[in-house]
Amino acid sequence: MRWEPPACGAAGASAGRLLKNFTIVRFHAKLYTVKVHYHSYDAVIVGAGGAGLRAAIEVAGKVRTAVITKLYPTRSHTGAAQGGMCAALANVEEDYWEWHAFDTVKGGDYLGDQPAIDIMCREAIDAVIDLEHFGMPFSRTPEGRIDQRRFGGHTRNHGEAPVRRACYAADRTGHMILQTLYQQCVAHEVNFFNEFQVFDVLFDESGGQKRAAGVVAYELATGDLHVFVSKGVLFATGGYGKIFRISSNAHTLTGDGLGVLYRRGIPMQDLEFYQFHPTGIYGFGILLSEAARGEGGILRNGLGERFMERVAPTVKDLAPRDMVSRAIHAEIREGRGAGTDKDFVYLDLTHLPPEQIDAKLPDITDFARTYLGIEPKTQPIPIQPTAHYAMGGIPTNVEGEVVLDGKGTVVPGLYAAGECACVSVHGANRLGTNSLLDIVVFGRRGGRAMADYVKSVDHPEVPRGAEAEVRDRIERFKAASGGEKVPAIRTELQQTMTENASVVRTAESLRAAHAKIDELVERYHSIAIDDKGEVFNYDLVEAVELSHLLDLAKGLVVGAEARQESRGAHWRDDFPTRDDVNWMKHSLAHRGDDGDVRLEYKPVIGGRYQPMERKY
Amino acid sequence: MTMTAQPQSQVTAHEPKVTVHLKIKRYNPEVDTRPHWEEYEVQMSPGDRVLDALHQVKWTIDGTLSFRRSCAHGVCGSDAVVINGQNMLACVHLIRNVGTHLTIEPIRGLPVIKDLVVDMEPFFAQYRSILPYLIAYDDPGYKERLQSPEDRERFDDTTKCILCACCTTSCPVYWANDSYVGPAAIVSAHRFIFDSRDQAAAERLDILNQKSGVWRCRTAFNCTEACPRGISVTKSIEEVKRAILYDRV
Repeated sequence: MRWEPPACGAAGASAGRLLKNFTIVRFHAKLYTVKVHYHSYDAVIVGAGGAGLRAAIEVAGKVRTAVITKLYPTRSHTGAAQGGMCAALANVEEDYWEWHAFDTVKGGDYLGDQPAIDIMCREAIDAVIDLEHFGMPFSRTPEGRIDQRRFGGHTRNHGEAPVRRACYAADRTGHMILQTLYQQCVAHEVNFFNEFQVFDVLFDESGGQKRAAGVVAYELATGDLHVFVSKGVLFATGGYGKIFRISSNAHTLTGDGLGVLYRRGIPMQDLEFYQFHPTGIYGFGILLSEAARGEGGILRNGLGERFMERVAPTVKDLAPRDMVSRAIHAEIREGRGAGTDKDFVYLDLTHLPPEQIDAKLPDITDFARTYLGIEPKTQPIPIQPTAHYAMGGIPTNVEGEVVLDGKGTVVPGLYAAGECACVSVHGANRLGTNSLLDIVVFGRRGGRAMADYVKSVDHPEVPRGAEAEVRDRIERFKAASGGEKVPAIRTELQQTMTENASVVRTAESLRAAHAKIDELVERYHSIAIDDKGEVFNYDLVEAVELSHLLDLAKGLVVGAEARQESRGAHWRDDFPTRDDVNWMKHSLAHRGDDGDVRLEYKPVIGGRYQPMERKY
Repeated sequence: MTMTAQPQSQVTAHEPKVTVHLKIKRYNPEVDTRPHWEEYEVQMSPGDRVLDALHQVKWTIDGTLSFRRSCAHGVCGSDAVVINGQNMLACVHLIRNVGTHLTIEPIRGLPVIKDLVVDMEPFFAQYRSILPYLIAYDDPGYKERLQSPEDRERFDDTTKCILCACCTTSCPVYWANDSYVGPAAIVSAHRFIFDSRDQAAAERLDILNQKSGVWRCRTAFNCTEACPRGISVTKSIEEVKRAILYDRV
């Protein structure tokens, strides 16, 4: 069943078509040198962060598998996660997975689908044990069990008091999970294609139904194209936090998986729900874990007041992130910020024992020293909310299958897991630690489901020259001579999103962002890149990534304009209450060929917890 | 409640910009036969990272400059380069601390592909050669293995490694002999050899007792100085040597 490479005729045919569009003479020689390689697999996983690697462990060894990643796996942003991963192990105090599920439902402001949340919180316990067996070096209790600590929004008995539920490895839990999963992939001899970036997804519609058929990837080291024909494709490409200026996200978090599928007719769910983490290092946006507050850290405004006492009398500084970020925003807006511009507040650790800081929070205190020249043992750390996590994304069911609508119609063979996916377990606001949980639980489930599926189907049909559109696009970028530059457009996008579509939104601010994005999309058509070469052409890659950022920013803003209520991370100053009658529903954004967004909605799947007012 | 301390004056968005001179070793395999130097000047805030200055060059002067980066705060290990002669991650050093005259080259000992991008495959192959995964033959059942905080502490330092290659590519032995597994691979081996749950220390010690293993180390300490995670790399290599010599872990 191996895919045969096409004869030169096929490549020549598509090249000929290109020449019609671009009659640039110096192009002739170049066109015929783009090499295309064909690969045939049962399963392809796109992305090698926590979700992709966890899926790979399930799939590799069972079916022929390729993992395609634009970075080296250990560079993935899972490694930047710090604080922990919640599971009701009850190692240090009484706890039940149902309490965890309640907190997750309430934390998500009743937009999460409760059957999926139940699965995540129940399987959390196994997921932690699995990681321990894989070699994860968790921090331990004196008895040698996995230690657990407090985290925002996680409570005992439905909101009574904070509970110690987060399993952790100092403040580098994500780093240790990423390393551990990669180590297991080395042990399982997983077949990695490192520094290959997926530019397109392929479908086979020959059987009357659309099903996944593979991806087209660009090899950074050579500029060659690779067509991976595959029965199953799982996207685990992470988030798109680079639509914002102040962001905890890596430069490479540009929503590639979402962007590629969105352009191919897959709707995006709940894009308007984007989380801002309360404690980003001032000016940089670098994450300082909620674990700092779990260990006893306190937020103070410019006057030295512990303002969270007013906002969340019971859990105080350990309220969920959306509430804390809004509280910080309010302090700054009302003139109680710190610094010359009164535009930040403090995270105060100075009252904690120095040895506790060294043992439990070594990395984040180092970040404060490195980037601000602050000694956190004696000085409070200036912080501001930072764009952190996309609750929305590629809609999936609990098996990781991509679903197209409210009826649960799936695209056979197409899967997604991790931040790029929306199951939805995080609803309108994710609780801290639940992202690391999400990637291991749904990475495993998606991988398993894909391994089962690909054993039951034939190889898909992919027409020769399936890479033609990607090749066109690359050549168009290289030939373009317009006056616009990728970095300028990206910077303006990030600026408008942080100013107008972040912690607090209004119809007016969103309209401004919408108009700006439309202008930038127009200008994007006239971009030119400097690098016309084949080898490590990041100039080209950034141009492609920018198209995803623009698409997703627009989807976010249009969804936020439509949603006339405040729920979780989506706060509208002009509609400051939650409206369960009209808005307890998920949005689905469809992208038109012209880039316009068409919204539809699907119901939230309820369960045993009825919506109630969200107080902490 | 009152603040116990005020932050230093560094925390301000309004520091005047300074002119930063960058001298960067460039090589494009599609055009050049050998590397050459190019110089750039950019305006940066003293609180900016060296990585920000590299981006400033790429984004405003010459888009063909290639370098790897991702997280931009020292946890992903993508942007190891040589800055003024020292191996560093470009994202964890501020202009204020490294100065305004920067000479930037690719890390040494690995083949240069383009500009500051080197071939990482030999590095990861050496990492894979020391069995970098937990090997335990007992069935732990459906529960966690126990590990005392003291046993956990025994290998804590070497769990911090982000595989950035700063250590290995600062090692003079590695420059001269690329069959040496290098400090990073030994650090990764140490992480498992001294993990009380692991049962394959002997196999790893056998691998590191070969002529490509720990005995190549001449304790130059370059690795320890280069490590952006503050790992005592040379010490961990010495601990592995002792484990081989005295047959104990």
